[in-house]
Order: sequence, then C-alpha cells, then structure tokens
Amino acid sequence: MLTKRIIACLDVDAGRVVKGVQFSSLRDAGDPAELALTHGLAGADEIVLLDISATYEHRSILLDVVRRTARQLFIPFTVGGGIRSLDDAAAVFDAGADKVTVNSAALADPALITRIAHHYGSQAVIVAIDALRVTNGNGMFFGVKATGGRHSTGRKAVEWATDAEKHGAGEIMLTSIDRDGTRSGFDCELTSAVVNAVNIPVIASGGAGVAEHFVEVFRAGRADAALAASIFHLGVTPIGALKQDLLAAGIPMRWPC
Amino acid sequence: MIAIVDYQAGNLASVRKAFDHLGHESAVTADAEAISRADKIVLPGVGNFEATTALAGPLQEAVEEAIEREIPLLGICLGMQWMFESSQEAPQLRGLGLFAGECEKFPAQVKSPHVGWNQLQLRGVSRLLRGLPEACFVYFTHSYRAPLVEETVASCVYGGLFSAAVEHGQLFGVQFHPEKSGTAGLQLLRNFCELRKLG
Repeated sequence: MLTKRIIACLDVDAGRVVKGVQFSSLRDAGDPAELALTHGLAGADEIVLLDISATYEHRSILLDVVRRTARQLFIPFTVGGGIRSLDDAAAVFDAGADKVTVNSAALADPALITRIAHHYGSQAVIVAIDALRVTNGNGMFFGVKATGGRHSTGRKAVEWATDAEKHGAGEIMLTSIDRDGTRSGFDCELTSAVVNAVNIPVIASGGAGVAEHFVEVFRAGRADAALAASIFHLGVTPIGALKQDLLAAGIPMRWPC
Repeated sequence: MIAIVDYQAGNLASVRKAFDHLGHESAVTADAEAISRADKIVLPGVGNFEATTALAGPLQEAVEEAIEREIPLLGICLGMQWMFESSQEAPQLRGLGLFAGECEKFPAQVKSPHVGWNQLQLRGVSRLLRGLPEACFVYFTHSYRAPLVEETVASCVYGGLFSAAVEHGQLFGVQFHPEKSGTAGLQLLRNFCELRKLG
C-alpha cells in the first residue's frame, strides 16, 4: 500500500538550519547536512531544504550546502527557495536535488513550472503555496502570499493549485502561514480544499505539533504527505515515535525503515 | 566499470553517488565506446518516454550489443519502461522490446503520478532482489506503469497490479528508484554490483 509520507524540512538561512514562528523571529537549529542525515536515519521519508531568505535577499541558492547534504542521503531530497529560472533549477539538480520547489517566481511566470517539468519531468517540480486565511465582506477565503509570506498576490490558493497542476506541477506543497511554527495543528480545511481540487499529491505544512495533528491532516485533510521542521530538529516529537503512533491509528506508514 | 547511460533524462548524479557510497566505480557517459567497454550498464531516467529518442542510434546499438554479450543491464524507472515494447506516453516510439507489452497510464481513480513509498510483493527467485525482505518499502515516482509479465520478480499495487521489478538472465528493470529507497535500495544496487556471469 502507498504510505502517507512524513517529510522533515530544513529551513536554511546563511547555511544554517533555522526555525521561525509565522515566518519570522528565526533561531539556529543546526547544520543542514547533519540534520538531514539524522532525520533520514530516524525514519523521515523525504528531506526538504528551503533556503528561506534566497528570494528576499536575491541570493543564489547555497549550492555547496545542497551538495554536502545530498552526498549522504539515499532518500528523496527536495530543494527550494529563490529558484527563479530553469538555470537556477538545473544548478540545484546538478548539486544533487531530486526535486525543486518553486514559489514566487512561478506566481510571476507560471510557464516556469512547464519549462522545468519539460526538462526534468513533472515529478521533479513541486509548487509551494504559502496560504493565509483572509476575511472580507464576502466571508473567508485562502489567499496566496509571495516572497516568503511578505507580499499578497490577490490569488486564491485553490485556484492557483489547479493552475499549477495544469502547468505541469508534480506535487503541491501547501503551507498555512496562520499555523506555521505554532504547533497547534495543520489547517485541515485549507488542505482538503486543495486536495479536492487537484489530482496530484499534496504535502501539508505549517502547524505540526503532536501525532494527533498528523492523523487529522491525513484523515480530515486527506493530505498525501505532511511536513514538519522544528518538532523534529528539537526532538519534541521524534520521527520514529510519530510513525509508530500513526501506524497504531491505522495510517499506512513506512516503518520500520 | 559501471556505465550510467546519460541521455539527459533526470538526475543521473544520484545513481552515481549511490555506487560511490557502495565503493563501486561508475561513470556517467553518453559515449557509445565507453558503454561498449563497461562491465555493467545502468539505464536511469525519469520523465517522459519521449526522452528515450535521445538513445536512438549509436547509444542503442552499444546497449544492444552489450546485451548480446550478456553484460548485466539495469533499467531504472523510465529506463525499465524502455526495455518494454512501447508506452502509451509516446505511442509512436518503440522500446527495446526485451520484455513484452506496453506501458500504460494509471487508471483515473488514483492520483497520478504515483509518488511515494510503496511495498514490493516478491515473486519467485531474483538475483537482483536477494536479501530484500517481503513487503519492503521502496520509493516510486512515475505516471506510467509496466504490465505484469512472466519475468516479473516483484509487483506493486496502485490502482491495480503492475511490475515493480523484472528480471531475465542478465536483464534487470526496476520501476522504483533504488538510489532513493534507503537501505533496501542500496542492497539492490549492491546485488547488481556483485553480479557474476551466468552459468
């Protein structure tokens, strides 16, 4: 049976893993290559490395960090942050990434998704969507933010996800800005809205705290994968224990690894 | 030396990296001569079946000539699909036809691509899969799948049964990515590196 995936995310700033709350107030959580290996051995199904400051500061991806991290990993490895062109993506693939995430640049130019998918296959392109609950006179909707949550785009998450799929995205990585770093649970409403609209896998992100949150996002949210960062780095919720709890709750997991 | 055939289809470096880790010499090459000299050949690749058009000509000739000399050949993902007769993904193209049948799309009731860790159902004796536990998890990412054939040594279930691994003599194909499948995948690649001549 195809399992639900547990993805460990490394948010990297200036070559170090950091963790913020609701996309700000960063603190140091370790070396990316070391943490990736530790998480892989502990049972993570995939590793995602996001260069969180790349777009904002217009820095190129830290290719040597990617290379160093990829060297010892024999599970899928995704890299994102500041990928603005096919050349940016190519450099990251050459350094050892299996997939890339595109976010702000794809919002500005959705054909970027198609260009990368054409060269590397759709399975190698994940469109990352940072979504935020927005309330206006007509009620609530999930809005899309760009540039690390800094800028509003006027787009709706569900509509952008279906558009991204049409352009050739292989997966959607859906982050709730409202829940990011809060450990209060994933936004299952957001997740299921996107899952129901697309036919490609959806990775839920933002809000992971305890095992029950993962059960909820796999059941009610119908997510294909769930991503977390600080709870793994800081050992709040060890991956092995989490997977055993999920198995006990009837969620298909790769365990033992 | 293991030749990893470079036809511009996906991340070949990760396959090379896995062989490095196992202590076996390999080279990523698009040179038909180098393929002719190799002890073993790997056909990696992800993406569209159309990418295999880059193999037509000298590369395909070198691979077919190596098959005649019974050099072990391992097709991974798209590489395995190319070992079949054809694929619905690019019906105008022909595969190597080493295994019978056509690769087909997943049925509409399941998400496509099939992405993630799924289990192998082992069938019969396999040199490639020696030491892998029953129902072990490996990593898949593909939109088309190969049918079950007589030479299927591992199947997988996703919207029905399909071939996860095929094996006949010195010909081996895996739909999943052993270079991305943790310890089970490394065991498989080690088995491939340690293959001896038949007989």
